[in-house]
Amino acid sequence: MATHAGGLTATRTVHVQRLVRRFENRTVLDGLDLDVGAGEFVALLGRSGSGKSTLLRALAGLDRDVVGSGTVDVPENSSVVFQDARLLPWQRVLPNVLLGLRGTDAVRRGQAALAEVGLAGRERAWPNELSGGEQQRVALARSLVSEPELLLADEPFGALDALTRIKMHGLLRELCARHRPAVLLVTHDVDEAITLADRVVVLDGGRIAVEVTIDLPAPRSHRQPQFLAYQELLLHALGVDQTEG
Amino acid sequence: MTASVLTRPRTAATIPSRKPRRRLGLGRPIPFGAAVGPVLLLTLWTVGSAVGWLDPRTLSAPWTVVTTAGDLIADGRLQENLTVSARRAGLGLAIGVLIGTVLALVAGLSRWGEAILDGPIQIKRAIPALALIPLLVLWLGIGEQMKVTTIALGVFVPVYIHTHNGLRSIDSRYVELGESLRLRPAEFIRRIVLPGALPGFLLGLRFAVVAAWLSLVVVEQINSTSGIGYMMDLAREYGQTDVIIVGLVLYGLLGLVSDGAVRLVQRKALSWRRTLAD
Repeated sequence: MATHAGGLTATRTVHVQRLVRRFENRTVLDGLDLDVGAGEFVALLGRSGSGKSTLLRALAGLDRDVVGSGTVDVPENSSVVFQDARLLPWQRVLPNVLLGLRGTDAVRRGQAALAEVGLAGRERAWPNELSGGEQQRVALARSLVSEPELLLADEPFGALDALTRIKMHGLLRELCARHRPAVLLVTHDVDEAITLADRVVVLDGGRIAVEVTIDLPAPRSHRQPQFLAYQELLLHALGVDQTEG
Repeated sequence: MTASVLTRPRTAATIPSRKPRRRLGLGRPIPFGAAVGPVLLLTLWTVGSAVGWLDPRTLSAPWTVVTTAGDLIADGRLQENLTVSARRAGLGLAIGVLIGTVLALVAGLSRWGEAILDGPIQIKRAIPALALIPLLVLWLGIGEQMKVTTIALGVFVPVYIHTHNGLRSIDSRYVELGESLRLRPAEFIRRIVLPGALPGFLLGLRFAVVAAWLSLVVVEQINSTSGIGYMMDLAREYGQTDVIIVGLVLYGLLGLVSDGAVRLVQRKALSWRRTLAD
């Protein structure tokens, strides 16, 4: 599926060109182009049904039986965080983190990854003994333990409560600063996109309709006037007219 | 609130004209409820034998059965036959479980495997293992081979059905997870498929254990020269009702104990599950 286009620049991690994806006779992605630089954090916004998840699945190589065409160039070493933590319920926390990890120091790396997400000492817990936020932190540890060049996240915080979500934003920012993977975060939450991303792209009509580089100093918050400007811009791009509400 | 209304005595003058609500549920469970029926049966049997309603030739008295069991143990016949029976059942069970599991894996993990295997096994399922005995006798004779084969044939079907079903009902999200983590096929089977199918397998195993004892009873009463079934068959010829009953009680106990053992394994192996029963 991943065809290797020649002449890639060293700083480009993801290269998508003229990507088309069709379901039944509905074209979900219609000639989409997207590049993500090394270490760049891109948030992907879009109305429901706009093809956000379709794009992410295409990048993750999880859409084998789908009709489509186009170039998708992603690093071999990429990992996925799903909306549900998707931990194997029959394995304890540490083996879940080690799933698919090879090498003699795998256990040590897994323990380190768990410590990084604040779950040191919970290695022998069962997934269903953990809270939703903790489960998602294990999933983050699992996706980062392989030191991926690309992290694909499909609404990873969508099922969490608002408070937990804010904590997870902090954690994700911290982890990304340390490991520097390129990130493509699918979300429906405009604030989440502005808080986390270097660049926000809005998907509409099967293509990238709007692209906004977020130039805000950390820590980002609603108190920053530009934050609200970005918010208005993106909400407008999503077809939400705030003056009506 | 409602409960106090229900339990208030009817005679009280203060009761409003409204009738108490009819209780539709079953109410509180009876303590040791599971033992009530068997104990009642045992009592009837004892009383019937003591009073003389039950002809000992029809049904021996419980105490006769106990003494007979004691005699059989004393001269070693019981242990001897039990060992032979247990070996047959165990061997048939082991072979059947192995075959059932392997077939379930092949049919569950490949479309071709399913296309080739599932149909014949469903057909086999419709034919009771015991109906195959005449053919098996022709093919394998009347020795141990035939007996173990019959048991294995009765065992592999439930193991196949439930393991296959367990495999197929593994959440596709875990398959996707395996793909996204680039698991190798062997890793995928070991970490996701086998543990995911384990609940189904263990359920199949419970049916399989019962099937093994069931087939054992039948094969041992046909052209056999050892085993509990043979002991009972011999007793029939001499009209020893008490020995037959000892055999029946033994079969019942074996079934109960082995089912209990599988359930214990089930609880241990599936401790990660939090279910309605917990």
